[in-house]
Amino acid sequence: MQRLLQLPASAVNMVKTAQGQEEAKSPVLTPDGSQATWYSAVRPDELRHLRAGGEVEDAGASAEEGANTGGQAQPLRHDDLKEMLDSNKDSLKLEAMKRIVAMMARGKNASDLFPAVVKNVACKNIEVKKLVYVYLVRYAEEQQDLALLSISTFQRGLKDPNQLIRASALRVLSSIRVTIIIPIMMLAIKDAASDMSPYVRKTAAHAIPKLYSLDPEQKEPLIEVIEKLLADKTTLVAGSVVMAFEGVCPERIDLIHKNYRKLCNLLIDVEEWGQVVIINMLTRYARTQFLNPNANEVLLEEGEEKEFYGSDEEEGKEEKVEKKKPYVMDPDHRLLLRNTKPLLQSRNAAVVMAVAQLYFHLAPKAEVGVTAKALVRLLRSHSEVQFVVLQNVATMSIKRKGMFETYLKSFYIRSTDPTQIKVLKLEVLTNLATETSISIILREFQTYIKSMDKDFVAATIQAIGRCATNIGEVRDTCLNGLVQLLSNRDELVVAESVVVIKKLLQMQPEQHSDIIKHMAKLIENIQVPMARASILWLIGEYCEHVPKIAPDVLRKMAKSFTSEEDIVKLQILNLAAKLYLTNSKQTKLLTQYVLNLAKYDQNYDIRDRARFIRQLIVPTDKGGALSKYAKKLFLALKPAPILESPFKDRDHFQLGSLSHLLNVKAGGYQELPDWPETAPDPSVRNVEVMDKRKEKKKVEKPFYSDSEDESRLTESADSDSNTGSGSESSSATEESDSGSKSEDSGGESESEQQEKPNRKNGLELLKLFWHSRVLFVCILPCSAQTISPTFSSLKTYELLHRLTGEGLAVGYCFGRQPFVRDPHMVTVQIQFTNHMDTEARNLRVREPRLQSGMRIKEFPEIEVLPPGETVTTVMGIDFCDSTQAANFQLCTHTRKFCVSIQPPVGELMAPVFMLENEFKKEQGQLMGMNEIKETLVLGEACQSDYAIVQRVTAAANVGQVPCGSDQEFAGKTMTSNSLVLVTVITKRDRTAQLTVNCEKMVIGTMLVKDILHALSQ
Amino acid sequence: MIHSLFLVSTAGHIFLEKHWKSVISRSVCDYLFEAQGKASAPENVPPVIATPHHYLISVYRDRIFFVAVIQTEVPPLFVIEFLHRVAETFQDYFGECSEASIKDNVVIVYELLEEMLDNGFPLATEANILKEMIKPPTILRSVVNTITGGSSNVGGTLPTGQLSNIPWRRTGVKYTNNEAYFDVVEEIDAILDKSGTVVFAEIQGVIDACVKLSGMPDLTLSFVNPRLLDDVSFHPCVRFKRWEAERVLSFIPPDGNFRLMSYHVNAQNLVAIPVYVKQNVSFFETGSSGRLDITVGPKQTMGKTIEDVVITVHMPKVVLNANLTTNQGTSTYDPVTKVLVWDIGKLNQQKVPNLKGSLSLQSGAPRPDENPTLNIDLRIQQLAISGLKVNRLNMFGEKYKPFKGVKYVTKAGKFQVRT
Repeated sequence: MQRLLQLPASAVNMVKTAQGQEEAKSPVLTPDGSQATWYSAVRPDELRHLRAGGEVEDAGASAEEGANTGGQAQPLRHDDLKEMLDSNKDSLKLEAMKRIVAMMARGKNASDLFPAVVKNVACKNIEVKKLVYVYLVRYAEEQQDLALLSISTFQRGLKDPNQLIRASALRVLSSIRVTIIIPIMMLAIKDAASDMSPYVRKTAAHAIPKLYSLDPEQKEPLIEVIEKLLADKTTLVAGSVVMAFEGVCPERIDLIHKNYRKLCNLLIDVEEWGQVVIINMLTRYARTQFLNPNANEVLLEEGEEKEFYGSDEEEGKEEKVEKKKPYVMDPDHRLLLRNTKPLLQSRNAAVVMAVAQLYFHLAPKAEVGVTAKALVRLLRSHSEVQFVVLQNVATMSIKRKGMFETYLKSFYIRSTDPTQIKVLKLEVLTNLATETSISIILREFQTYIKSMDKDFVAATIQAIGRCATNIGEVRDTCLNGLVQLLSNRDELVVAESVVVIKKLLQMQPEQHSDIIKHMAKLIENIQVPMARASILWLIGEYCEHVPKIAPDVLRKMAKSFTSEEDIVKLQILNLAAKLYLTNSKQTKLLTQYVLNLAKYDQNYDIRDRARFIRQLIVPTDKGGALSKYAKKLFLALKPAPILESPFKDRDHFQLGSLSHLLNVKAGGYQELPDWPETAPDPSVRNVEVMDKRKEKKKVEKPFYSDSEDESRLTESADSDSNTGSGSESSSATEESDSGSKSEDSGGESESEQQEKPNRKNGLELLKLFWHSRVLFVCILPCSAQTISPTFSSLKTYELLHRLTGEGLAVGYCFGRQPFVRDPHMVTVQIQFTNHMDTEARNLRVREPRLQSGMRIKEFPEIEVLPPGETVTTVMGIDFCDSTQAANFQLCTHTRKFCVSIQPPVGELMAPVFMLENEFKKEQGQLMGMNEIKETLVLGEACQSDYAIVQRVTAAANVGQVPCGSDQEFAGKTMTSNSLVLVTVITKRDRTAQLTVNCEKMVIGTMLVKDILHALSQ
Repeated sequence: MIHSLFLVSTAGHIFLEKHWKSVISRSVCDYLFEAQGKASAPENVPPVIATPHHYLISVYRDRIFFVAVIQTEVPPLFVIEFLHRVAETFQDYFGECSEASIKDNVVIVYELLEEMLDNGFPLATEANILKEMIKPPTILRSVVNTITGGSSNVGGTLPTGQLSNIPWRRTGVKYTNNEAYFDVVEEIDAILDKSGTVVFAEIQGVIDACVKLSGMPDLTLSFVNPRLLDDVSFHPCVRFKRWEAERVLSFIPPDGNFRLMSYHVNAQNLVAIPVYVKQNVSFFETGSSGRLDITVGPKQTMGKTIEDVVITVHMPKVVLNANLTTNQGTSTYDPVTKVLVWDIGKLNQQKVPNLKGSLSLQSGAPRPDENPTLNIDLRIQQLAISGLKVNRLNMFGEKYKPFKGVKYVTKAGKFQVRT
């Protein structure tokens, strides 16, 4: 209570003393409205204390109130804020912090409050704490020593069980720019990089560039952390770590190899800002690792430039055919292009632009066009977005004209566009002009010339000039149009036209002496120096075409020489010199006069030029050797200027980058490397489980027995990578060892060995397919195709017990092979073991009693089974997609046994190879009644993706959908070929959702039950 | 990436600054002021300005320049898109994005900016996550704040949305009335020439949604005629693969208002222009005057009425005043900005709105040789001009029956008639 009471009293003192303080010392509040709000917020609170306190304080309160409401409300000084921060009321602290933050926002210095603020770093109130963090990050750099006081709080936060608190502690800790704590930061980042929570790992990735900018010495250990985080498989981390990579070690492209495919596959699920960064980085990566898909074209273009000049560049595709060695795109290159394409549909303009530049720099010419539509869409966005996109479109449209041709009209200009957008659209329209489209473009330009925006009109006139030079057919039309503009009322328009006409005339002056004459007349009216200079140059250059007018123009100009602008003066000198050389009779005196004027001009250049010309053209006694050649020097045929787009060759900068926009290399810009001549080894990107296993094996073999070794390695491989389906790892082991060992979970007997090589081949193929993710979809027929079954341990069931069978034991299992003779039949492997002392003869099936529709294909009769021997045979049963048992008699030469085979529902199907979108499509058609959903709690042993795959494939004969986002499996029933689609979506907290879509509802229901059982064990 | 952010009013007053790395002096904004001085209008200030040590990337919105200061190479669109996202967040939080509202809520603004960027790299930009962490101000809460002496803006719960696979949706959403509304809004962008023939026309559309559903609903929206859609872009919640395969929008929606998709209608289909415009604007060679005569009428409206028709004309500078009469609506001419606004309202078949009269020009000035363009604004309720129709909306994943609604509106986008 005592403490509480102190506050108002001191506040009163403060108010009293504050009146004597200088205004300048109290930058807490500005005169604008914000003060009223905080006062009203604080007052009731304080008043409450005061009333509790008694009468003395009451007086103080009224005094304070008087001060506040009396209109002369003195701005409170920092002391007051300190008091509030020291109080133990959270609301006061909060109020103080809010005011401090408001000061910071206005750019006022609040650093002297640092000690008071930093004390509250461990405050319980979340908002106070957050605001303290904001303050701390802003001022810690200035108050390094005091900032250290807060560190221990964050260190404690780093150990908090709540991931969000850990993350925020790391975030603030790494934002404090104090060099002393670098080791602490390093340690924290390293710890966080291996945190359980992906969110904390993301924060760690964010912290890396912070630490790097604080101390570049830490680069090496930071690269290690980056390498570790790059291997992370969550989408949350991917964007941030690539950002860190770009900030710290963009040159270490080798770190990307192993993660390349993963990044490509994750890309679509990464948050949008991360996508931009990853795409830009992958563009650079791809330029170092793959071959130029347009290489042939470049060669041809160089070799036969003349012939091809002017022809449409899109023809490149056909040229490719001519090449001897056909170009084959690296599957990884294709993967990148394929996985980025959907992002063109992003709502984020930066993502769309990033994909567009990726296609521009990496895709074969024919494919770049797909990005045009999306880029045109961005033109509907904010004007800043338009500005950037148009800059890039301008560059693209020079290289790939055909790409935007169909969207020509989208670049038409509206009178409401800002000028900078108008000018860029003009640029694009000019680049897109071809013989066919020029007429409509020129018609558009005609409307633009009438615009009120004069800068835009000037740009239009230049654009017309460029169209005229690029497309010969329209040159005369353009020239006529421009000449008409010479009579425009606006001087700027006329001047711009003169400049452009000058350039055009230079191309074919002979035919246009009348235009030159017309322009000579204009010199009296036009005041814009550049235009005057252009006219004078024209007359001088083509004085032979206008022999009568030229000297007269010189006469007039000589009169006004002194009042002209410098560039005009230079051109007058030029004109004089040229006329002197061609027509010295008439102009000798005039030239002398002009040269004399120029001799005493104020400008160095003009005096210099005058001296130079005089020496050259006026014959003197000394007889300068050069004067003989004066005519050649001055009246040499000059090449016509080429009007080029300012965007030409800008594509050496990566499109979409800041450097491209400014056409200057910005700091930190990473050059886009040239394509390599020969492709670097593509195998560096393989993340084969096998490699690791082999490595490990070399080391570990001596210590472990074979079987142990195998299981261990399988495990370790799986924890390293869950990309492949379970079958890969086990089959890989199988393959590297000789096939003499028992299978992993040991359900199989030796007799099955004979089947193995066969299956293994299939598996190998499958593994290659799925593992390398090359997806030879094009090779496979498009329809859903049955594939070899996914391997899993086979379960053996008992058909006839040894005792019942009087020494003959019969077991069966479902081999999951397609039954050769009838595709609708399920393969059943039957294994006979003779435990009798005598041999069993004539083992055969007899009198099958089957449900209607069921069929059975008996195994060939086994003539003799010697005692102690085992034999395996195969029979086929068509169960008609039901789990009804197939009953039949098993006969030996002496006995008959009634037996029955009842298939688990999972065996009534065969796996189907399907891509994810196909899967989704099919799934979409099997909704409603055909869909069964269950939520389950995953069993202890099947937490990993791999375990789930194994369980599901063991429970049902289905194949995993490669690279699916969830665990998806596809199969079809044996008899009716109806699809069975299984999806397992794992959630946090160990639950998962199981969805089975199947036309046959009974099968679906039973399958759900089986898989549920398998997964929750 | 983004080093600092300055908010600058058009008058050149820097009213907010925030730094994510070392502090950069606010004097960098002088380069912006310089560019602003050169430009004729704020829209013409280049979005990217290079200064000796920094680059300024700015967007101009609601009379505020959002200026980001960066030091190293970064895709400019990345920054621009982010700045717009910031502006939209303010809009969302404070109802408007203005200097006054930002100043009033400076603490919330600061808290938001702190969450949106970490070390200059975007961290949380989804409105749903932000709202979970920082509560938007409401009248009720500000009243409570004044009385109790300040409750917190910051959410007491930890934002778990950030960790989920669907970062755009809040967890634990609960409504008593579960409802989902979809607005199909189409805009006609067109340029008509003097004679009324179409130079260029296209239809752009958006589907804006307001979804207030409890729990984690999974929605599927299908169209009768999805083929009309030529080019689309989606909110991140839409499953792109389903769209590719089946042309249905399948998504777990964010909570509240959001833009589900925007689309462009296939250009081959001819665009029905709903109005015709006959105009005659001429300036006389002598007498410094001119004449204006505009008639607007409905054309292809598919039986719907055209509402809210407004014609805006930017007159040449020499037009001093306009003396106009109209048989429908009101017309005003602002001699300062030289903008003529004719607010017509509804178009009906019987009476064709007409505006005519004389224009007085500055005496002595030459006759303007350009003719002003007419910008037309209109609105047709209950019609999507492209013919796009929503087929059905299904919900999975939740038990209750939501209330569903779809509304169609056609508007004029950038609709210009050249004269």
